[in-house]
Amino acid sequence: MSLAVIAVLVVGLGLVAWISARVRAAAFAAPGQPRPHSLPSQHGWYVALWTVVPALVFLIVWDAVSGGLIYSQVMASPEAQSLPAFGIQRSAILNEAYALATGASTAAFNREAFTLAPVYAEAISFYTWIGFAVALLIAFAAGAWAFSRMSPHFRARTRVERVVMGTLLAASLIAILTTLGIIVSLLFESFRFFSMISPVEFLFGLNWSPQMAIRADQAGSSGAFGAIPLFWGTIFIGAIIAMIVAIPLGLMSAIYLTQYAAPGFRAWMKPILEILAGVPTVVYGYFAALTVAPAIRDLGLTLGIPASTESALAAGLVMGIMIIPFVSSMADDSIAAVPQAMRDGSLAMGATTSETIKKVLVPAALPGVVGGVLLAVSRAIGETMIVVMAAGLAANLTLNPFDSVTTVTTQIVQLLTGDQEFNSPKTLAAFALGLVLFLVTLALNIVALRVVKKYREAYE
Amino acid sequence: MTDLREIAAAEVTVPESGPKMTAHNVNVFYGEKQAISNVSIDVGQENVTAFIGPSGCGKSTFLRTLNRMNDTVASARVEGDIRLDGENIYDKSMDVVQLRARVGMVFQKPNPFPKSIYENVAYGPRIHGLAHGKAEMDQIVERSLKRAGLWEEVKDRLAESGTALSGGQQQRLCIARAIAVDPEVILMDEPCSALDPIATAKIEELIHELRGRYAIVIVTHNMQQAARVSQRTAFFHLGVLVEYGETSAIFTNPRETRTKDYITGRYG
Repeated sequence: MSLAVIAVLVVGLGLVAWISARVRAAAFAAPGQPRPHSLPSQHGWYVALWTVVPALVFLIVWDAVSGGLIYSQVMASPEAQSLPAFGIQRSAILNEAYALATGASTAAFNREAFTLAPVYAEAISFYTWIGFAVALLIAFAAGAWAFSRMSPHFRARTRVERVVMGTLLAASLIAILTTLGIIVSLLFESFRFFSMISPVEFLFGLNWSPQMAIRADQAGSSGAFGAIPLFWGTIFIGAIIAMIVAIPLGLMSAIYLTQYAAPGFRAWMKPILEILAGVPTVVYGYFAALTVAPAIRDLGLTLGIPASTESALAAGLVMGIMIIPFVSSMADDSIAAVPQAMRDGSLAMGATTSETIKKVLVPAALPGVVGGVLLAVSRAIGETMIVVMAAGLAANLTLNPFDSVTTVTTQIVQLLTGDQEFNSPKTLAAFALGLVLFLVTLALNIVALRVVKKYREAYE
Repeated sequence: MTDLREIAAAEVTVPESGPKMTAHNVNVFYGEKQAISNVSIDVGQENVTAFIGPSGCGKSTFLRTLNRMNDTVASARVEGDIRLDGENIYDKSMDVVQLRARVGMVFQKPNPFPKSIYENVAYGPRIHGLAHGKAEMDQIVERSLKRAGLWEEVKDRLAESGTALSGGQQQRLCIARAIAVDPEVILMDEPCSALDPIATAKIEELIHELRGRYAIVIVTHNMQQAARVSQRTAFFHLGVLVEYGETSAIFTNPRETRTKDYITGRYG
């Protein structure tokens, strides 16, 4: 009998508790009596929760603890005394014995495993039975206690509501705690990086060449961690080229869809635009690398500009296309939020539709649009797949959009791909880059949400 | 309802000059639903004309046909003949931008733009190119605000946002905004329904002062208001024009029982 089976049994007990508490509570609502505080099913949930939750909590704890107890019991047995003292051999035997004991395998390389297997099996079943007995005891005791508290005045509803609230709170806390965990792990690894490389060099250095010499006699591989070229590449692709594409196109499509498009056209145009947001970025990556990049290189060479296949322009253009739905849907929302009265007022003055848009709607919607653009920028600079596939690896500080630049995300992928040792600055640099990226996008998001919120307050 | 009769009778009746706007056999549809049927009405140059009637009777819909604001509603369709100084406003040759410059509108809820007070008033003259240079624009803004009776209250804070004013001030700002393009007709769609009694009194006073300079059409729920500000009153019911005549006659001696029932508070 495994712990999972016990858990199922406990849940079964909970069902029994639910039914019996319900039946008992149904009898509270006798004619002539004051109305009971809670419904029968709320009493049922109250008793069932008391039956199931403490027992399950015990089982989870027991699952964590019993492994150690089983191990020490096996170690204390006479059969274990003949084991090799250290090393791979010893743990291999133990693992095989464990696999034999639980039935996960039937054969073993080490003969000692067969002698140890029954000992293991015995220990496992001993502790499982203890777990079973204690879990059932807890389930019965807690269930009976809850059952004994039932009365017409008992406020089962309030308590069950509190459990529901607690569950929902826990669900939302998981996301927040995960974020905190990510920050802590980033901070920790970044701190290790900054203890080897000075933050000043990292943040302000102009030279990025993270290859480190493995042996002292290798030449030219001292490693340079000036991240400015990466920051520039990220801004050049994500915040400049992509936004030059996405802001006008997104804004204009939002204006067309909200102000000019016939309802029928809007009804199928808007979902199509939203599909664009659902295309996996790796597909955009193919498009950028295979279709756009060669075309742009040829264009650059025709114009007589030094051009590379992995140009900033190719990655930036495709990223801009990818971002259009974000800008357009935020702009759409904020233009639609401008009261109809404002539009009517302008039209009634004899303004044309385009004058109304230019002079009234867009200025009134501007904070929302700006918020949308900031969110889009934060999305663009964190975007990885397109730049990994279409932007280069050369850390150039250049203004030429036909030249190759590299971005923070590309370098993180580069630094962490393959087998890595986690004590060299080369690998740890990825965490420092990740931390910078995280802080920048976090700041952008906070500012964007502030702007959007402030704007919403103006009209409600 | 003797008070209504007194108020209406106290109004000096202005002699009829030629009609500024004429509507003949107007029908308005929203999709399949007919909102206005067969309404014919003349709006006098020198008069304030009031449209009264219970909610949903079509009085606002009819008002909005007079400057083609119903064009902004995709499902709306207008039939019939509406003329401004003898010119058919639904004719293909009529430019809706110019029409709306000639027929201004004030809405139920004050709707100043989220711009400065100055810019709110300058909005219309700017889009119609009425002012040449800053000095002329300053003049237009000052004159419009003075006519709207708002100048003294805002002359020191023209750069502040129009939305920061009180409701009554906002509505007078909207009237100033409409006046600034020098229209011939001003349509007012329940201009006081969102205002308190004191602000309402100020708007009514303003309507008195504007009368004669502009032909004014006002939609109102408030019969006292119709009696106080208008010389002619039209009573609408279920999309039909029931009765139209001198305000004093409508309130003292209505011809139709439906009108009488409405103004005596039998329904509505």
